[in-house]
Amino acid sequence: MLVLPPRRRQVPTWPEYLADRATRVQHPLLEGYFAAGCPAPDTPIGEVPLVAMDMETTGLDPRRHAIVSIGLVPFSLARIRLADRHYWVVRPPRPLNRQSVTLHRITHAEVEHAPDLEAILPALFEALAGRLVVVHYRQIERPFLDSAVQARLGEGLRFPVIDTMSLEARRHRQSVLARLRRWMGRPPVSIRLHNSRERYGLPPYQGHHALVDALATAELLQAQIAAHYSPDTPVGELWS
Amino acid sequence: MEVELLEIRQHMGRFPPFDGISDDLLDAVAGEVEVAYYKAGTDILLLDREIHELGYIRSGAVEVYRRNGDLYNRLGEGDIFGHFSLLRNHRVRFPARALEDTLIYFIPEALFQRLCEEDEHFADFVELERPRLESAVEQHKKQNDMMITRVRKLLTRYPVMVEATTSVQEAARLVGDFGASAVLVLDEPGDNPRYTFRDSEERAWQVRGILTDSDFRRLVAQGRGPETPVGEIVGDRLVAIQSDESVHEAMLTMLRNNIHHLPVMHRRHPVGIVHLSDIIRYETHSSLYLVSNIFNQSTTEGLAKLAPDVRAAFVRMVEDGADSRMIGSALSTIGRSFTRRLLELAEEALGPPPVAYCFMAMGSMARNEQSIVTDQDNALVLADDFDPDRHDDYFLEMARIVSDGLHACGYTYCTGDIMATNSRWRQPLSVWKGYFRDWIANPTPERLLHSSIFFDLDVVHGENRFVEQLQDLVAEQAPQSPRFLAAMGRNALNRTPPLGFFRTFVMEKDGKHNNSINLKRRGTAPLTDLIRVHALACGSRAQNSFERLDDIDRTQLLAPGVSDKLRYALEFLAMARIRHQVIDLQHERSPDNNIEPENVSDAERHTLKDAFQVLSNAQKFLKFRYPMPAAGRPRPG
Repeated sequence: MLVLPPRRRQVPTWPEYLADRATRVQHPLLEGYFAAGCPAPDTPIGEVPLVAMDMETTGLDPRRHAIVSIGLVPFSLARIRLADRHYWVVRPPRPLNRQSVTLHRITHAEVEHAPDLEAILPALFEALAGRLVVVHYRQIERPFLDSAVQARLGEGLRFPVIDTMSLEARRHRQSVLARLRRWMGRPPVSIRLHNSRERYGLPPYQGHHALVDALATAELLQAQIAAHYSPDTPVGELWS
Repeated sequence: MEVELLEIRQHMGRFPPFDGISDDLLDAVAGEVEVAYYKAGTDILLLDREIHELGYIRSGAVEVYRRNGDLYNRLGEGDIFGHFSLLRNHRVRFPARALEDTLIYFIPEALFQRLCEEDEHFADFVELERPRLESAVEQHKKQNDMMITRVRKLLTRYPVMVEATTSVQEAARLVGDFGASAVLVLDEPGDNPRYTFRDSEERAWQVRGILTDSDFRRLVAQGRGPETPVGEIVGDRLVAIQSDESVHEAMLTMLRNNIHHLPVMHRRHPVGIVHLSDIIRYETHSSLYLVSNIFNQSTTEGLAKLAPDVRAAFVRMVEDGADSRMIGSALSTIGRSFTRRLLELAEEALGPPPVAYCFMAMGSMARNEQSIVTDQDNALVLADDFDPDRHDDYFLEMARIVSDGLHACGYTYCTGDIMATNSRWRQPLSVWKGYFRDWIANPTPERLLHSSIFFDLDVVHGENRFVEQLQDLVAEQAPQSPRFLAAMGRNALNRTPPLGFFRTFVMEKDGKHNNSINLKRRGTAPLTDLIRVHALACGSRAQNSFERLDDIDRTQLLAPGVSDKLRYALEFLAMARIRHQVIDLQHERSPDNNIEPENVSDAERHTLKDAFQVLSNAQKFLKFRYPMPAAGRPRPG
């Protein structure tokens, strides 16, 4: 397939950013997280410890909506270790509306007895430290976590992510073939998690559960690297 | 269970061996798996690498190879791999490669060990070949044991016994006094230690025979005096049964020998006599009524109308949990009864035979392994005073009546023309002996291709000794001829088993797919063939495959444990074939020997694969055990 070379854009130098934050950050939890750092951009993806993350939220706007659950699955290109998984349900500061209840299948009762996000932050940062986060659609997890941590600890955070949806978009939205399809009036190829997985022969999973989606994302990245990249691909070509 | 792992748990819970494990274990497995994705064509397990986990295919397909690169198996969704190596030296014995894009769940070794320890079913499943076959067959047998009634249960009193010198009148009086209908005749110990026993006073006796009501009537009809000693009129061929045999077996013994009284022995000691009516009272199998019904028919048309009853009896036996030996034996008995009744009808129509004859069966009927789908293989052995010009019209007509009759009853004509209607197979004993000597002394695989069926032969009706002489000849000469055994061995390799199943296809060894498999051609028949070769090599006179294996066990022909594997494989394949015939009958399709993979349960699929593997290994050994002697060497004298 024809692929345009990745557009040159100003990629933030993530190791520098993290090292800088580590020296200036106030809260010890965040300090520990930043100090763990991240790999150099030329590190082969096959050697990078990864963690797939997925969140269910009450909506799409980090300023108005809140996190309901978080799923984490640590993995590497070789293996996804389910035994080390994490899953938390947290109580949002604002009550759930009906739509998000049906979407996530998390009930009011579950949420009512759940802790505030602050209570799980130590465990969350421990699981994230030293691992590169992998998400499907980066506009959710990073901004929501930034906003929620900002509200609780007084300081926000940013971190590099590999976005499996962006990787799909590179092939199916930005390629010459994709442009040709668009020009011919064909609907664009779906790059949603479920449809992306289908293209790699991955089984359908019940979506909209943070841990299942995190697992599904981890599998998708393994498939994408196997199909289009290699374990030697520098991580800097993949993260954003 | 944490809801998030339901996805994994539910998937695994659908496939063996995880379908049988407890919820707790299944939770543990779902929570501990490690996941990995493999693009089509990439290696999953490399030969001789260390291995510390079991692979479970969540989606996609995997090919497993032998050390030499041959395809060993193709696996799909829900199949496992790596267990052989995990159970042995933790080195990969069978390398694996992704055939399609594949997602694997790996189960860590510690958990695998725990599964083996805590779940017997799981442990059986992952052990190679024999245990799973064995447990499948044994489990069926266990269920079956409960329905077996031993013949001793039918006995109500000790048998009436008299010495051979007792007068007929005295014997008749005793029978009447005891309300019995038969008496056993005892004599001084003689030539048959099988029936020699000691009474409570330590005196040795031999049971010589049995006298029944009908013998007394015959005696009166012949005008012989009441003072005649019973020893003079008792027959010298005693048919008896051991007390721990099943009622079913007793019934078959009676039917096979056409007798109504059957002495029951505990080892060598007579403990009673069962009468056919005892069995009828006890035994509700319709096969019994069927057989007696066969003998009540007076026309071929009447017999032909019983064909549906044969099928009904067959289905009922399977539903009652009978094993393949019981079913094969019962169906053979039914087939023999049809044949015998047709012969009786032929004799009624044509008059008494001009010379003595023996009607013999070949193939599955001779082996007592008949199935519901069967053709007729039969022949006539005639006394040596047979004169073709004067006698052959009679026997040709007899053969026609029987053959047409059997065809009408559902036993289709033999496509290879191995029937008594073919003059080649309607010959005097001396000619038959010549055939056998020639097959054994001048064998080539081509010549024996269509003759191997003659090496399963048994009497159906007439002069037993004709066929017994042929059986003796084969048992004596076959072991002496390596060329004959090699030729038979070569022919036993003509039909090979498939590798196994893959999704809804049958997987061949070259990786090709088929939509169905003929379980006779690819399973039971080649297995019976190779058992026959070993049986011929060890001079066995047995015809039944299981009995042949018993004889083979008394020799060093096979490595220890091999014959058990063959038994289990044969039983499993035969039952699989039978079960699928029942499915056909229940869906009102005409039964055949094919099974369609979509009708095979997962558990059956795995066990079938094991059975094919046993067959395949046994065929390899056969080639090695009976090599073709180098050409040009003088034939052994």
